[in-house]
Formats: sequence, structure tokens, C-alpha cells
Amino acid sequence: MERKFIEYDFGRVDSERMRLNVGPQHPSTHGVLRLEIELEGEIVTDVIPHIGYLHRCFEKYCEQMQYPQVIPYIDRLDYIASMNNEWPFVMGVEKMMNIQVPERVEYIRVIFAELNRIANHQIAVATFGMDAGAFTPFLYLFRDREMILNLFEHTSGARLLYNYFWVGGLAHDVPPNFKDTALNIIKTVRATNEEVMRLLMGNKIFVERTVKVGILPADVAINFACSGPVLRGSGVEWDLRKAQPYSIYDRFDFNVCVGSNEIGVIGDSWNRNIVRMNEMEQSCRIIEQAIAQMPNEGDVREKFPKKVRPPKGEIYCSAENPKGELGFYLVADGGNKPFRLKSRPTSFVNLAVLPEICKGYMVADLILILGSIDIVLGEVDR
Amino acid sequence: MGNFVFDLIGKNIVAALVICIIPLVFILPYALIAILGELKIGAWMQDRVGPMRTGWKGVLQPVAEVVKLLQKEDITPTIANKPLFNLAPFIVFIGAFAAFAVLPFSEKFIPSGINLGLFFVFAVGSFAVIGIVMGGWASNNKYSLLGAMRSVAQIISYELPAGMVFLSIATIAGTLDMQTIILNQSGPIWNWYIFGGPQGGAIKFLFIPFFVILFIVYLISSLAETNRTPFDIPEGESEIVAGYHTEYSGMKFAMFFMAEYANMYVVSAIIVILFLGGWSSPFGTSFMDGPIWGIFWMVGKAFFFVFVQIWLRWTLPRLRVDQLMYLGWKVLLPLSIACFMAIAFLAMIN
Repeated sequence: MERKFIEYDFGRVDSERMRLNVGPQHPSTHGVLRLEIELEGEIVTDVIPHIGYLHRCFEKYCEQMQYPQVIPYIDRLDYIASMNNEWPFVMGVEKMMNIQVPERVEYIRVIFAELNRIANHQIAVATFGMDAGAFTPFLYLFRDREMILNLFEHTSGARLLYNYFWVGGLAHDVPPNFKDTALNIIKTVRATNEEVMRLLMGNKIFVERTVKVGILPADVAINFACSGPVLRGSGVEWDLRKAQPYSIYDRFDFNVCVGSNEIGVIGDSWNRNIVRMNEMEQSCRIIEQAIAQMPNEGDVREKFPKKVRPPKGEIYCSAENPKGELGFYLVADGGNKPFRLKSRPTSFVNLAVLPEICKGYMVADLILILGSIDIVLGEVDR
Repeated sequence: MGNFVFDLIGKNIVAALVICIIPLVFILPYALIAILGELKIGAWMQDRVGPMRTGWKGVLQPVAEVVKLLQKEDITPTIANKPLFNLAPFIVFIGAFAAFAVLPFSEKFIPSGINLGLFFVFAVGSFAVIGIVMGGWASNNKYSLLGAMRSVAQIISYELPAGMVFLSIATIAGTLDMQTIILNQSGPIWNWYIFGGPQGGAIKFLFIPFFVILFIVYLISSLAETNRTPFDIPEGESEIVAGYHTEYSGMKFAMFFMAEYANMYVVSAIIVILFLGGWSSPFGTSFMDGPIWGIFWMVGKAFFFVFVQIWLRWTLPRLRVDQLMYLGWKVLLPLSIACFMAIAFLAMIN
């Protein structure tokens, strides 16, 4: 049967437009985002995102911090994927200081970054489902995320803000049963993902709700500098891990997932989320390969420089975060503090596209589109 | 039942009050059980344990919640329209409560055995929307207003298919009296209207699909009437905060809450009465049948459909407003009208 979609054509009705504040205290704005929306009946005619409720002067603060002290602050940007956040900064400083981290450290970093990517995508899909009213997949996904967080806690001592990637290595070695735990997590994640595919992504109501909603064309996505699943959902095959492989990503065999016309149309909310679901599977593949290749012995702490003093110069270093490209532009003056640290926050850039794609949809769709962009206010406001 | 109380106490105001109170005595424990069921079934489906602290395995949780709601401050927004704001929860609850007046529990136990029972339930069922609009508008909150607007659209579009279902069954049963409808279905299980009703002849087997479609149509419409997932659009938690009851707190919120649960039982009971033989035993008249077993069958079957509603709530996402309209007007209504035609034809040839 051919799929049918309803066009919102209610003809011309002259009515007063209503201005509505969505947030900062609202169940579905994923934090303290305030959206000022203009409604005609239920149809959104204008959206103005107001940000800054969580602003904490991250960039200026970093100028007062020694390099190792900056890392915990970077954790607090995208607090759902802290491992990934630390990576570009650490990598940048290492490049400036010409430090070659040991092989084993690279593998552990890859494994933790990919585990954190899985955890982030689980939250993204779970909260997106909850925006649509499906509560049960949310808890299934959180149950699995708990396993990942437990491993992180066992390793770094923290569940959310790890401070684990240090300049020149890692804060601690991994626990002894690390490989088994990671493989066990992958097994569970795959089983749950299969269930979620049937329960949520394949659900008729959910498909009707998300398909053809919030279509983001590829050219608009590129013009707004979107990245991550938002860009790939629009069909653009751009993943920093493939496009400019950093660390040891060129050693692994994995695919870049892009949106397709299979169920939805390219660039709609459903595609942005199916990209996330597929990326979890790709992350599982990377972890499997990394665990198989990883050297068992080796120090992770020895190579630490006593004092982190990058030479005078500047560098832009970016990495593929779960939400997209997170980059840091670092200017060093030879001292032990950054002269300037500019971040390229993923969520902030991706959020900018929201007013562009949600005009003409209903309030319920607006919430779904916001959910499909997957923002974290800690990173938007910095 | 009415006669029994009148015989016992005499035909006076006290007897009338007793008859009024009996359904209320049923609603309160039922609501507690349904809330506990919601919590525990939800927990079971989501791989949790649910509330465990209050009483044995948390069975007293609903009591604790009611006590909490009673203790809460009763806030009325300063810019609200106070009389309407205060009246709304009661109207919503009355709509649900009044339906209990004509719901039979057993062969000998019906609070008021009027012969227009089905019509009465249908009439008071649409009462709730007045309260919802009243509450949503009087709250002076934009989210509440959106919720109220959605609610009106939803209930009006789903009452029509539900009305067609009522009409079909009334046509085939030849009555609007619930007890007679149930009596028609007593006997073996294939006398139930979902299996084509008691009228004889092999011809009825041709019409069974129409009855099953009507059953499904009413099941869907009933979800919309009780504002349950996937039709909880007026409350749409993730979009419009809490819809029409955003501004309500304390006991007034509890009234909305209780009305929802009471409504869940009402629509479940209607499904059971119209299609599944009401209080009649599925094993025929000889086994586990009678006035007392009747209560067991009636409440048991209705509870099964309450369970189905809870089950759907924890499984399905929510529809969008226009999709809900599409389903109501373009799918359910034509289907129910077609089925009504077919069943009217069956009633004619019988």
C-alpha cells in the first residue's frame, strides 16, 4: 500500500496568532532552552530559540586554568558524552607538544569514545521516543546505558564527568575485566537495539509521527554547518573519523551511516534517528575490532609530561563527537595556561538550524524536531 | 437493586442516597486498584519493580498518593476565572460518575435499571468535554487552552463512530436497555454480539466480521474518549506540559485523575456489555453463572479491558492531532457506518 500523508491545508482562516513560551521549564526542551514560538491555531509560524540560561563563561574561564585543569571543564560541555569531549582538546595539546601517545592508550581511547557514543545515542533515541509519547523504550535504553556508565565508573571513578583522557595518556589503567565487560555490553546493546527497532523505530504510529517531519535538505544542512547525525541524516556522507582520520581510526573497518529514502524521506526526523541507531551498531563493530587488536601490556601513565607547556603557536583540532564535530581552537603563548581557547560546539551549531526547518509544522512536530536534533544545553550555552 | 433497597428501607430520601452511594463505593477502591495496576503493570513492562516502600510490595502506594494530593496546597491562579476553574473538575468527574448509575454489575444488581441505559451513558459520556473546556479556558494558560481545544476536537470526532457502534448493537438487540442486551447474549459463548449475537441461522456467520470490526472501532474510540495513549493528545505531556489540567493541583487535580480512571472502567464495561456478554458466564448458563458469579464476570471482563488500556499506554507513542482526525473521520466513521448498514440488514432479515 502506498503511504499516505496528510497535508496541513486548512485554507485561510483569519485568526489571532498566539505567542507561546516553550521553556525554559518545559518537559521536552531537553534542558533550559526557551523557544518563543508563534502559533496559528496549532501551526507553528515562527520560532526564536533563546539560549544562555546555562552560560558559565567556559572559554574565558579556561584562560585562567592550567592545561590539565581545563579537561574537567570540557567534560561539562556535552555532559552526556564527556569522553568524546576531552579527546579533541587533549589531542590538540599533544600535537602542539609533539607527544606520541602509546599504542595501548590510543586503543583504550577509541574504545571509551565509542562506548560513550553508544551511550549518547541511546539517550538521544530514548528521549526522542519519549517526546513522541513512547515511554517504555526510554527505560530499556537507559537500562543498557547503565552498564556503560558502570564500566566508566569502575575505570575513572565518575559516572558522567570522567576527567579520564589526560595530555599524554590516561588518568588510570583500565580495570582487569575490562575486555569482557566491554564485549558483554556490546552484546546487550545489540539485543536491545533490535528490540527498540521493532518497538519504536518500526512502530506504525511512530513512523507516521516522524516521517516527513522537519525535513532538512542537504544544502541547508551544509550552509548551517551542521554535523553529526543531523548532517548525515540529510544524506551527506561526512564523518571526521573517515574524512580526516584522527588517532587510529584508519585501522578499523566501519561504515558511515547516512539517511535514506527507504521509509522516510532524506533529512526527516526519522532518518536522523535511524542514523543514530545504525551508528550504534558501527560503534559496536569498532569496539570489537579494537578489543581484538589492543595490546594487553603497556603503561598508560608513564609518558605524562610533568608540566604541560605547549610551545607558542595555535592549533585547531576537532573530533567526531556523537552529536557532530567538536573542535577546539587553541592559542598557546608558551605558558602553562591557554592564551585563548575557542570551542566549536556541536549542539549550538546544530540548534541554529531549528527555526529553519520547523515552520509550518504543528507544536507536537516542533518538539519532535527539537528532539531529533539532539542538543545538550551544557554545550549550547557553555 | 433499586427495588431491593426500597423494600429494605422504604421509599424515602435515605434509600435514594444509599443507591447513589453504592457506585461511589465501587469507584474508590476500583480507582486505587487501577492506579496500582498502572504503576505495577508499567513497572513490569519496563523491567522495573515499581513502588516498593509503602506496604507489602508497595500495594499501599495509591493510598499514599491520594493522601499526598489531599495535603497539597490547592492553588488557584490569580488570573484564572475562579468559579469556572473550581467547577470544572467536578463536572468532569460527574460525567464519569453518572455513567455508573446505569452500569449493571449482575443480573440482579444495577443501580438504576432505566430502559435507555445505552443512550444515557452516551449522553453523560460527552459531559466530560464541557468540564475539560471549562477548566482549560478558565485556567488562563495557553497550554491549557491548547489542550482544551484538542480535547473538543478529539471527543467530537470519536463520539460519532462510538455512536454508530451503539446504534448497531441497539438495532440488532432491539433495545437500549443494557440488561436486555446482556440477557440476549446469555447462554453459550457464541451468543455474544462479537460472535454475531443470539439470532439463529447459519447466515449470522457471514456477519461476524462486521461485529468484530465494530468491536475494534469501539475499542479505539473508547481510548480516545478516555484520553488514554495513543490518544492522550489533550494532555500530551511532552508537548503541552499537562494540557487542560496544567494549572490544577491538589484535590482538584485528583478529581481529573479519578475521572479518567472512572471513565476507563465505564468504557471497558460498555465494551463488555455490548460485545462480550456483560455479566453472563462464558461457559453457558449452567456453569459459574448466577447473580454473584455475574459480578465476577462483569468486573473481571471489564478489568481485562482496563488492563488493555494500561498495556497500550506503556507500549504506543502518541498520535498527532491531524492524524487523530484522519483516523476518526476517514477510517473509523465510514467503517462503522458500513458495519451499521450490514447489521441493520441482518436485523431486518431476522
